Amino acid sequence: MNENSNDASLPGNRVRGLFFEGSRVSKRQTKEKEGMMVKLTVNGKDYQLDVPLDTSLLWVIRDNLKLTGTKYACGIGECGSCTVHVDGKAERSCGISVGEVQGKKITTIEGLPEDHPVKKAWVKEQVVQCGYCQPGLIMQVAALISSTPKPQADQVIASMDDFICRCGTHHRVKRGIQSAIETVGKEGLKS
Amino acid sequence: MNTPISRRTFLKGSMAATGLTIAVSITPFGFKLLHAQDKGKEALAAFKPSAWMEITPDNQVTIYVGNSEMGQGILTALPMIIADELDADWERVQVRQGGALEAFKNPILHFQLTVASASVRGFYEPLRNMGAAGRAMLIQAAAQTWKVPENECVAGMNKVKHAKSGQELTYGQVCLTAAKLAMPEKPVLKTESQFTYMGKPMPRVDIPEKVSGKGVFGFDVDLPGLHYAVIARPPAYGAKPVSHDEKAAMAVKGVKKVIPMPMGIGVCAETIEAALAGRGALKAQWGPGVIPEMDNAYVEKSLMEDLDKAAAVVRNEGDVKATLAKASKKLSATYFVPYIAHATMEPMNCTAHVQQDRCDLWVPTQGQTVAQIVAGKVAGIPPENVTVHTTFLGCGLGRRARPDFIAEAVIASKALGQPVKLVWTREEDFKYDAFRAATAQRIEAGLDDQGRMTAWSQEVVCPSILKDIAPQVVKNGIDFYSLWGLADYPGSQHNNNIMYEIPHFYVDFLISQLPIPVCPWRSVQNAPNAFVIECFMDEMAHLAGKDPLKFRLELLQNKKRATRVLETVAEKAGWGKQMPKGRGLGIAQHSCFGTYVAQVADVSVGSDGKIKVNRVVAAVDCGPVVNPDPLVAQVEGAITMALSTALKEEIMFAKGGVASSNFDDYDVIRMSEVPDIEVHVIKSNDKIGGIGEPGVPPTAPAVANAVFNAVGARVRRIPLTPRRVLAAMKS
Repeated sequence: MNENSNDASLPGNRVRGLFFEGSRVSKRQTKEKEGMMVKLTVNGKDYQLDVPLDTSLLWVIRDNLKLTGTKYACGIGECGSCTVHVDGKAERSCGISVGEVQGKKITTIEGLPEDHPVKKAWVKEQVVQCGYCQPGLIMQVAALISSTPKPQADQVIASMDDFICRCGTHHRVKRGIQSAIETVGKEGLKS
Repeated sequence: MNTPISRRTFLKGSMAATGLTIAVSITPFGFKLLHAQDKGKEALAAFKPSAWMEITPDNQVTIYVGNSEMGQGILTALPMIIADELDADWERVQVRQGGALEAFKNPILHFQLTVASASVRGFYEPLRNMGAAGRAMLIQAAAQTWKVPENECVAGMNKVKHAKSGQELTYGQVCLTAAKLAMPEKPVLKTESQFTYMGKPMPRVDIPEKVSGKGVFGFDVDLPGLHYAVIARPPAYGAKPVSHDEKAAMAVKGVKKVIPMPMGIGVCAETIEAALAGRGALKAQWGPGVIPEMDNAYVEKSLMEDLDKAAAVVRNEGDVKATLAKASKKLSATYFVPYIAHATMEPMNCTAHVQQDRCDLWVPTQGQTVAQIVAGKVAGIPPENVTVHTTFLGCGLGRRARPDFIAEAVIASKALGQPVKLVWTREEDFKYDAFRAATAQRIEAGLDDQGRMTAWSQEVVCPSILKDIAPQVVKNGIDFYSLWGLADYPGSQHNNNIMYEIPHFYVDFLISQLPIPVCPWRSVQNAPNAFVIECFMDEMAHLAGKDPLKFRLELLQNKKRATRVLETVAEKAGWGKQMPKGRGLGIAQHSCFGTYVAQVADVSVGSDGKIKVNRVVAAVDCGPVVNPDPLVAQVEGAITMALSTALKEEIMFAKGGVASSNFDDYDVIRMSEVPDIEVHVIKSNDKIGGIGEPGVPPTAPAVANAVFNAVGARVRRIPLTPRRVLAAMKS
């Protein structure tokens, strides 16, 4: 049989997503300009980083800023574990380059206040099992609740189909969403 | 994440005379308690504790357990058992995950391994005794201090009280006195009505840090001088490397070393991205695999053809052949369950630091003892010089009991002379998973003239689960892990035998030789085997013209617990009620790891063959309940995961390797597909069973049986895709 080429069939070299596309990574290295600093605002703090402009936001958050609550799980924007807020909107950090978010306000799970209704609901309803996908889920729900004037649990749940949880916490995620929305209804949402 | 403690800390610090310390060591023959004060250092080391607790003068109780936390709530449940018997104040209890001492050996499994739903069921009695011994000593110490009889003193909330005089002392105040007392030989345990924590929902101790984003999983470990490694791996099973361009990889900025390994070509770099870029630049070329033409059709054909080959007889009771020959009615059918992936949300990873005579691992693992053995072998040091720091596990599901990724990290760190985090991408996690084993089964059964099941014959073809991990256990061509749910090995403590009492009963088994690696997957082969048994049981009930619930109960007359869960679930789900057209209920039961579960699925089937699961009701008997809320969460999660396998999951193969690569081509269950789930836990004082896995097996057959009741389509293979359901509807 034909020899199998590493390029075609091995992970890490598929043409999709920023992170795993080998050719784009090497292009990035040639594009890199001496002394160009990336400016990022994460959780209210300003950072200047010496990284190429098309570095994935996910790895900069995790490995440069050491904010490891944002998780890598699929690298292609399918599962939602790497969700952060960019100017208040939920975005998947694995598919965003740091160049795209310069000057924007980035919030990670660590920057979401501990008394945020979604965090509180997640503890109250004991939603979490292994917990790996949960920061992304929490960030998605938090963004949806704050961007919808009168959020309805059904609406929010319906928009969660592009998330993956392998422990099967879905049933409790629904309860968590319900509980967070009730709290927001009663107490409003501090921003 | 609590800081794991090293062996040294344990021997020098923790069990020194800083308070009252009691350890428990659990063996296959029972358990022993050890009072630290009594013994010197050598005796402590030899004792090999399975868990221990310290009560210190600051009035804190610190409990060390060694089981891995992967979302099942074990870091809460085990300390609850101790704290309850100890009469501790939960607010003053700290829980620490013990390091991989040789010590943490699971009583049922004989070493530190978190599998087989064994943690609570194995530790329940020993931990109760440990807590009760501590309570007795603290009471005695207070009584001596006050010079009053012990029986006038009571313990509660980290205090001992003397009602007559109104005096009280905290555990912190009496722990040093208590440490000098002899430990009771046979501590008096509480009765159920005296429990303060057990049976009541306690919030899990690991949830707040997981919600805050601060919980440390393996992927999150950071160390000074940390490097990253990835491996270029062969695209087909057994493919050998032909060429690669080391220079090109080394030319990538940040790449430090290219390391040939048994499993591929490793690239070490300063960042993950540089390691991946370096791996791309390698342009590794591979030869053909051992079966270059292998795809899904090949896999299925191979397993099906094996059904016609000579097999090992596993059970042969009565005379199946003769009984079938004279049966009033009989039926035979062939079933197939495909390979499926673990797809833990956190891909495989391990951080290793090999130094001259020691090796440290920071790893999300279910098997610390195996990790020590494997890392020691690879590093060339004794296993006791390997320290395992267990992180949180981003799902375990059985995959993390396999040490392949640990060996890789140790090779990389040893070659580089630096701490290395070896990571798998999601694509590698799919392609190099050791899957849940596929199985092909032919089954035949007969009824007498009363419609009673008299004979049952089941032929099983399945890869061996244990052949790689524990080949010595596979005897006479039989691997009982592949047969779990149908037959268990003699002397097993897992209770994974079929529940039904059928007078003439035959099972044979043949190991499939396909080159696809397999390993336990939540409930091991209980789930695939339950799919076959419970669907065919339904077929036989319909053949007999009997209600599937009553038909099952007839065969479970001496199985009180299985009967009770079936009756309970039937009542709660409204079994027997009239359903609208295109909608049906399906029932199934299965017991494994000492726990009995029955489920009813309520499904609607569209004219396009698409299944909508409306509701799943479960009844569970696992004996005494320690922490009821996480227990229910485990069953909800198990049902959700099992629905995913019933409706959607199948690994795709092509060109002798794995074609599935990420969640875009291997879809799993999504929010809108998860139905209402109702879990009813039966109050039971029968023997305690496990809870992580037994929720899985009944789900897929309950759904398939419901599909039959809804539209008359019998699908003998999962996943129940619209195409398969439609084909069965038309035939």
